[in-house]
Amino acid sequence: MRLLVCISKTPDTTSKIRFDADSKNFIEEGVQFILNPYDEWYSLVRAIEIRESIGGQVDVIHVGNTSSDILIRKALAIGADAAFRIEDEASNSTSVAYQIAEFVKSHPYDIVFVGKETIDHNGSEVGSKLAAFLNLPFVSFCNHLEITNNIAVCSMEIDGGNEIIELNIPFVLSAAKGLAEQRIPNMKGIIDAKKKPLNVIAKVNVENHSELVRFETPAAKSGVRMIDPDKLDEMVDIFKNELKII
Amino acid sequence: MVLVLLEHKDGEIKKSSKEAASFAADLAMSTGEKAVGLIAGGATNSNELGALGIEEIFEFEAADYLDSQQWTQVIEQAYQKLQPTFIVLSNNSLGKSIGGRIAVRLNKGLISNVIQFKSEESKPIFRKSVYSGKAFAWYAFQSNEGIISVMPHGYGVFPNKNKQVTASKIDISIPSGNVKLKERNLLKGKTPLTEADIVVSAGRGLKDPSNWKMIEELADLLNAATACSRPVADAGWRPHYEHVGQTGIAIRPNVYIAIGISGAIQHLAGVNNSKNIVVINKDPEAPFFKAADYGICGDLFEIIPKLNEALRRAK
Ligand SMILES: Cc1cc2nc3c(=O)[nH]c(=O)nc-3n(C[C@H](O)[C@H](O)[C@H](O)COP(=O)(O)OP(=O)(O)OC[C@H]3O[C@@H](n4cnc5c(N)ncnc54)[C@H](O)[C@@H]3O)c2cc1C
Repeated sequence: MRLLVCISKTPDTTSKIRFDADSKNFIEEGVQFILNPYDEWYSLVRAIEIRESIGGQVDVIHVGNTSSDILIRKALAIGADAAFRIEDEASNSTSVAYQIAEFVKSHPYDIVFVGKETIDHNGSEVGSKLAAFLNLPFVSFCNHLEITNNIAVCSMEIDGGNEIIELNIPFVLSAAKGLAEQRIPNMKGIIDAKKKPLNVIAKVNVENHSELVRFETPAAKSGVRMIDPDKLDEMVDIFKNELKII
Repeated sequence: MVLVLLEHKDGEIKKSSKEAASFAADLAMSTGEKAVGLIAGGATNSNELGALGIEEIFEFEAADYLDSQQWTQVIEQAYQKLQPTFIVLSNNSLGKSIGGRIAVRLNKGLISNVIQFKSEESKPIFRKSVYSGKAFAWYAFQSNEGIISVMPHGYGVFPNKNKQVTASKIDISIPSGNVKLKERNLLKGKTPLTEADIVVSAGRGLKDPSNWKMIEELADLLNAATACSRPVADAGWRPHYEHVGQTGIAIRPNVYIAIGISGAIQHLAGVNNSKNIVVINKDPEAPFFKAADYGICGDLFEIIPKLNEALRRAK
């Protein structure tokens, strides 16, 4: 089975979020970047598990510049076989999805994995755009995946529950919590990763139809109003008269 | 024309769709257009839709289950027939699975998870929360058309308009699907966390899963959904679908009540857009108090039973 895992980088949640003077650009200086947890913990690990149980190849693909190579090596250390990096700024979801789709058209895969969202833009856009460019079915928010004889049975998170669906390969899938358990790279993995191929591919341009106007940081909270734990009627009064929920 | 996709469940329009309808109506008003709805046959409630500001409804016939490619076909064909400027969806689980696909198929822009819009330099710009709630971004379409998905609980439902609704059928031919639905499991009688107006959430401070009884009692008294922090879900004390935060689900209820949760940045990432936050924690230094609107500092094992009692008295 040929499996492709799309990996993205994202600022660690604890990073300080700052923008430049005209509020158009995120300041990367001093920011710790990590592999997007949905990609690393769930997509990649489930792809590796499938290879371990039925055989095949797990490749990872990333759109970004050389500063991402360290993160790509981590994915190889966790167990991917080979990596591809498209040399471009990951500037919007259309361009990322289009470029990965172009790659997949010349390198067919049975399942293409993305994370359900990145934890910076929380857009959840790349997977459905990628599926559209490839004209493939899309399994969104997948938290369980089994494959037998090229037929997949998946559980998809939906509002207030889940759906169990069945479909044939090939398809695109977005990974949610539950799909797999995080794996920490071991020493052998880290050493092997250095020898695994990391191929760099030239970028392809595509038109984007939306643009960032500016970023904005939220106004600070005005401060917490403390309620005496011995006067809980005051809390009830707030529920009733200020928040109007009872 | 601004076209909004309306979903229904058991004959009732979903709350997330009502919110998308309110957004579509307000957007249409600001651009001088008309808001129209697209709905699977049989569930039109004209009074309700008129109050939300919808002027025209198009009903199509469809099976109970459509996969993301079939849904996209529905929107594509409706687009060809109606030529709306903007298409509005809820960014609920359906919106997330089809938003990008529709944008690609129609060769238009998508601005997802929007919470607000305003007019600037005579065109609408759209606001969304980014960087796990630590910042906002305003986006615009290059041309004056595109697809917008509205964050559940991000905008609000405003049934204060008074439009006359005309309903008609729209002919949409849905191709056979590539996906077979085997089971749909919905939590019975419970409001999905993403749609809940009030959320009672608890963390490791509860010490043991058996202590959740008082949390559920509080949730019942407030008619709230329950949620939890990640370690609690990881330990199996609570089901995974209750896990909120960076790696769980992101919610934006009217009131979020956090009990025995420290307020780690990864937890806040999923809840800090809540309109009001109440924190109950025994540690005055707990970081959650900095993000809170109301706080009670003390032992939850004493506070919660007393609070439940006070609520019962007030009812
Ligand atoms: C990459 C990454 C992603 C993560 N994603 C998430 C996520 O999505 N969601 C999430 O929640 N966490 C997430 N975490 C974990 C997060 O960092 C915290 O560890 C977690 O939120 C802590 O959970 P907690 O507040 O329940 O427990 P603790 O941090 O143990 O806090 C318990 C709190 O209860 C209080 N308490 C204890 N006893 C009482 C009492 N009797 N009365 C009143 N108060 C009491 C304590 O003062 C304390 O503040 C993530 C971590 C990482 C590294």
